[in-house]
Parts: sequence; C-alpha cells; structure tokens
Amino acid sequence: MKRADTAVGTDNEGLLVRRIQNGTVIDHIAAGEALNVVKILGITGTTTEALSIATNVHSGQMGKKDIVKLSNRELSKEEVDRIALISPHATINIIRNYKVCEKKGVEIPDVIEGLVRCPNPGCITNTNEPIRSRFIVTAKGLRCTYCDWIIGRDITSYII
Amino acid sequence: MSFESAIARLGGTSLSVGSMEACSIAKGETLADTIRVVSGYADAIVIRHPKEGAARLAAQFATVPVINAGDGAGQHPSQTLLDLYTIRQSMKLDGIHIALVGDLRYGRTAHSLASALSLYDARLHTISPKGLELPASLQAELAEKGMQITEHDSVKDVVADVDVIYVTRIQRERFPDSASYFNVASSYRITPELLSPAKKHAIVLHPLPRVDEIDPRVDTLPHAKYFEQSKNGVPVRMAMLLQVMQ
Ligand SMILES: [Zn+2]
Repeated sequence: MKRADTAVGTDNEGLLVRRIQNGTVIDHIAAGEALNVVKILGITGTTTEALSIATNVHSGQMGKKDIVKLSNRELSKEEVDRIALISPHATINIIRNYKVCEKKGVEIPDVIEGLVRCPNPGCITNTNEPIRSRFIVTAKGLRCTYCDWIIGRDITSYII
Repeated sequence: MSFESAIARLGGTSLSVGSMEACSIAKGETLADTIRVVSGYADAIVIRHPKEGAARLAAQFATVPVINAGDGAGQHPSQTLLDLYTIRQSMKLDGIHIALVGDLRYGRTAHSLASALSLYDARLHTISPKGLELPASLQAELAEKGMQITEHDSVKDVVADVDVIYVTRIQRERFPDSASYFNVASSYRITPELLSPAKKHAIVLHPLPRVDEIDPRVDTLPHAKYFEQSKNGVPVRMAMLLQVMQ
C-alpha cells in the first residue's frame, strides 16, 4: 500500500503533518507559500475543513518546500489550477481511505475570475458593479479584461 | 456631440446620458442596471464613462450594441477611427512616420492612435515634456508589436522627416504653477516658422479643443487638417453606428 503521506520527508515531520484518511495533500509548494495557497483556496478560520500546514520542510528536489493537508475535501480542477499562479510546481494528491487515489500537477489557467483584485483604482471592477474581476493569464502576467492593466508580479498581494 | 450629430443625420433620435445621470446614476444605481434599462429604450448605446472598462461592462449587460466613446484613461476608439480616416484622406497609412507631440502620458487619444498604427508598420516619433512621456508599459507593448519608437527633444528635430504631426493638449493642471506651464507649453507650440521645413504633404492633426498648442496662423496652411479631422468625426461615427446596427 502506498502511504498517503509519502510527501513528508521524515518521521519527525510526519508528526507535524499527520496522515489523513480522506482529503487532499498539496505537496511541493514553493517554500513560504503555504499560507497563500490556503488563502487562494478560500479557507479561512470560519470554514470547517481540518487543515494542517507544514512550511520549510526539507525536500530532496526543491531544498525546502511547504505542504498543505486538507481533510474531507477533494479539490476541484479549478481550485487546483489557481494554486499554479503562486506555485507552479505544486502537486496534488487526492486521498481516499489513506491511499493516494489521484496525483496531479497544476496547470496555469487561461482565465482567472473573482480571485484577484485589479490594482487600477480607476477600473470599473473596483466599484459596486455586479461583476467579478476577470484576468487573462499572459506571459507577462495577469491582464485585466476590463481595463487591460497587467499584474506582472506579486500576484498574491492582490488576492481578494 | 458628434455622435448626436451622426445619429441625427442617420434619421435617428438620441437620448442623452446626461439626463440618465440625473435620474438614475445619481441615485446610486449601478452602471449594469442603467445599461439594462437603457437597452430597452434604445437601438444602440454610446457610452462615455470615467471608469476604465466601463464600456466592456456595458457590452456585457446590454442587449443592444454598445459603442465605446471613451472610458476613463482607457481607450478612445471612435477618435482613433476618425484620426486614421483623416490621415488616409491625405496618404496611405502603411509605413508613415508620425510625430506625437504633447502630453503623451495622459493623452488617451495618442495611446489609442499609437496602438492602431502599430498595425500599419508606422514609425513613431515622440516629443513630450518631462514626466509626460508615453507610458513605459505602452512603449513596451508597441515595441513588441514591432513598432519603432524614437524619442526627440523638440519638434524641430523631426519636422522635416515626418508625414503626420499629431498634437495633443498639455493640461495646465499637470504643472505646479502657471509659469512653468507657459514655459513648457510655448516650447511645444506649432508655428508656421517651425513647419517651414516640413514635407509638402505633411499634415498637422489635433483632437481639439486646442488651447495654445497650435498657433492660429497655422490654420490657413495646407498642413492644417485638424478642422477637417473634427468634421470627419460625424461620417466616421455614422459609419460606426451603421456597422453595429447591421
Ligand atoms: Zn482592471
């Protein structure tokens, strides 16, 4: 049987991040980005998922990495792809009954809706209009489909 | 006003957005709602709005065609079409050398025109006061499309080489005091003397209204095409309306 928490390097860290019965393990997150991953998934203190986070875990491949484990929640494709914005090398393991049932990488989506705020104060999306922000992912960054403003870096600080 | 004129000449009638403002926007109604309501009143919507992206939002909620007559510091496509049309009355658009003069940072007509001309392999020459240069992001975008852009200190440096001199207004409020405004504005002023080495077919354009950017003595020179340009606003907008109605 393949252990669900193979993502975690050593037994010591295994204590920090316990195996989960059902849910999702997000592995190979860029070190220091775990909290942003949680933010991007919309998990706040008020949601019900059991959540464990490990940051700066030693990783053979990456030096250091972060890991997020979510009990009783399987992430959808759309949610997974959002993670690619801040951590393109993350891998997603769907766990059912302690087993990894599915393992997938993240793909940067073509369009991002309602996730990022447009930094342009003059943009119509920053008003009380009944619309969600909408960005097209380009090589140069995220382009607002309303005002054409481009967010080239530091995307996380614009996450709603 | 030129849209109203275009609508009237096509035999249509127009409802003014100004009065819409008074009755609904002022009450805090969203633009989305206003557009949905106006969609029921009209065959097309022409929108000018202070927020960037307002026209795209309008197009999303409207059930009739929407024409962007300028949204915030964003695009100004109807002005650009009439600018292109005016240039084409005098010459082919392909490969022209055009000087953009004045406030190129905030002047959205210059931005839209530059973007449009990047489709025609035009060469751009920019002359603007310090701090009012073409935004770096737009320059990068144009360069990526293959456009050659050269910055110059004064119109004098390029006047003999360009086909079009496109002048935009330098606004007084961009300067700390009127003395520095007058200093800068006068050094960018287009005069008959300045134009004397210009090519015979070269034209001078300005989206109007002008303040001091063009000496009135230029008006009678064959280069002066800005009143022609302004007049072209009507047929070009008639064409736009017809296009969206079909
Ligand atoms: Zn925007």
